[in-house]
Amino acid sequence: MSKTYINVLKEGPIGIIQLNRPNALNALNRLMVDEIVEQLEEFNRDDQIRVILLKGNHRAFAAGADIEEMMEDTPLTLEMTDPFAVWDRISLIKKPIIAAVNGFALGGGFELALHCDLIIAAEDAKFGFPEVKLGVMPGAGGTQFLTKAMGRRKALEWIWLGESMSAKEAAHYGVINRVVAPELVEEEAMRLANQLTKQAPISLRLIKEAVYAAEDLPLLEGKKLERKNFYVTFASEDQNEGMQAFKEKRPPSFKGV
Amino acid sequence: MGFETIVYEVDEQVATITLNRPTAYHAITEMMNKEITKAIKTASKDGDIRCIVLTGSGKAFCSGQDLADVDEDTNHASFLRERYHPMLMAMKQAPKPIVAAINGTAAGAGMSLALAADFRVMQAKAKFISAFLNVGLVPDSGFIYILPRLVGYAKALEIAAIGKPITGEEAYELGLVTEVYDSSEWDEKVKQFVNRLAALPTTSFSLIKRYMLDGMHSELDVFLEQEAQAQRIAGLTQDHQEGLHAFAEKRKPKFTGR
Repeated sequence: MSKTYINVLKEGPIGIIQLNRPNALNALNRLMVDEIVEQLEEFNRDDQIRVILLKGNHRAFAAGADIEEMMEDTPLTLEMTDPFAVWDRISLIKKPIIAAVNGFALGGGFELALHCDLIIAAEDAKFGFPEVKLGVMPGAGGTQFLTKAMGRRKALEWIWLGESMSAKEAAHYGVINRVVAPELVEEEAMRLANQLTKQAPISLRLIKEAVYAAEDLPLLEGKKLERKNFYVTFASEDQNEGMQAFKEKRPPSFKGV
Repeated sequence: MGFETIVYEVDEQVATITLNRPTAYHAITEMMNKEITKAIKTASKDGDIRCIVLTGSGKAFCSGQDLADVDEDTNHASFLRERYHPMLMAMKQAPKPIVAAINGTAAGAGMSLALAADFRVMQAKAKFISAFLNVGLVPDSGFIYILPRLVGYAKALEIAAIGKPITGEEAYELGLVTEVYDSSEWDEKVKQFVNRLAALPTTSFSLIKRYMLDGMHSELDVFLEQEAQAQRIAGLTQDHQEGLHAFAEKRKPKFTGR
């Protein structure tokens, strides 16, 4: 199930997308991004899949965007092809997406990781937005996601200077979730993914919607949405199963219905 | 490899970096910083190398920063950031043991260089001299970070501030060096010591190196998680299997570093 620039595989309920442009440190070109987004959407529709894992290889998650591809662009070609718009579709994925980051996650690669819900990274992983050094800036959500993650001042410092951020710093500022040994990034990401596959899928989905809403909505609107989502969980069999299992002191078995 | 201020030699599984500016007692220049860094990185990447030795040619180990490079216009912070920090980080990140074989005086940044190694062996008559205060500076290149971790705060402060020269024998008493050898048996003993390190299960050693020092300033629960991961990695090595087999067969294990 592989495409030009990604490998796709399934391990039980976990859908895995591996970025596969090893000769270019997985630099993202437009076809590659299209393939990633389409695959995410396919996994999102696939009833067998509960969690999605996005990974690179041991040297790089993705070291930026394909600069060559942009060399000839003009404001008008960019406006007409609107290459970054496709990224917005990632925000419509309802299932949990985990990024497993080894090596570099720079520029577009960092933006791709930031589009994921959870990020697990190697101790020696490097994050950063070097765009400023090329006389441009992040264009696929970098300024927005990083600011929401670490606050305005720190985000400005990193994006202005274009320096790379160690995994330790990224974890310190809440930009990533966990830092693990480089050798175990995939294994630990799979362990986390497996934990999530045990949770009630409808809960995960409604929680994701509510948490993202917290970043955009005024508090009362957000609380209203949260309430509605809470009420919706009572339409699921898993709610019944979860509460029964709790009463009977046994682990629940969730079916996603 | 073409180096000017050092000699880089590989003998089986051991890479030796010999500081080589004899006219200046191997004082460190910008080029030497860069060459040491490059040599350490080269040895780190070479899968056949399982131990790195730092030593000086002839009678000196290293007399520290070459003061010919320092004048009233020197920005000491930039100096450290550009010249020394990459070298020290390369040493920290090298996934194999680094031994400072201190054959003669290690002064100033030369002492720091020895402290940044994972192990130190020393000639009985060689000396450590923390020369920094003598020129009105702070001991640098990690000196005041590493030293109290090696010998405790009180002794470290004494060495950093009062700076009385420390002989090989005294360094051994302080726990600053692992072994002291007489000059007559130096080459042979260093070789034995280094070969012993080269025969270790290298991946396991690298994990000790990666987590032990940082463990001195992290919380137990954080460390225990790192330990679990380290053991998982070690548990996947061929050397672990070899160790288990050797134990069952009541023989000495023969580790390959894989």
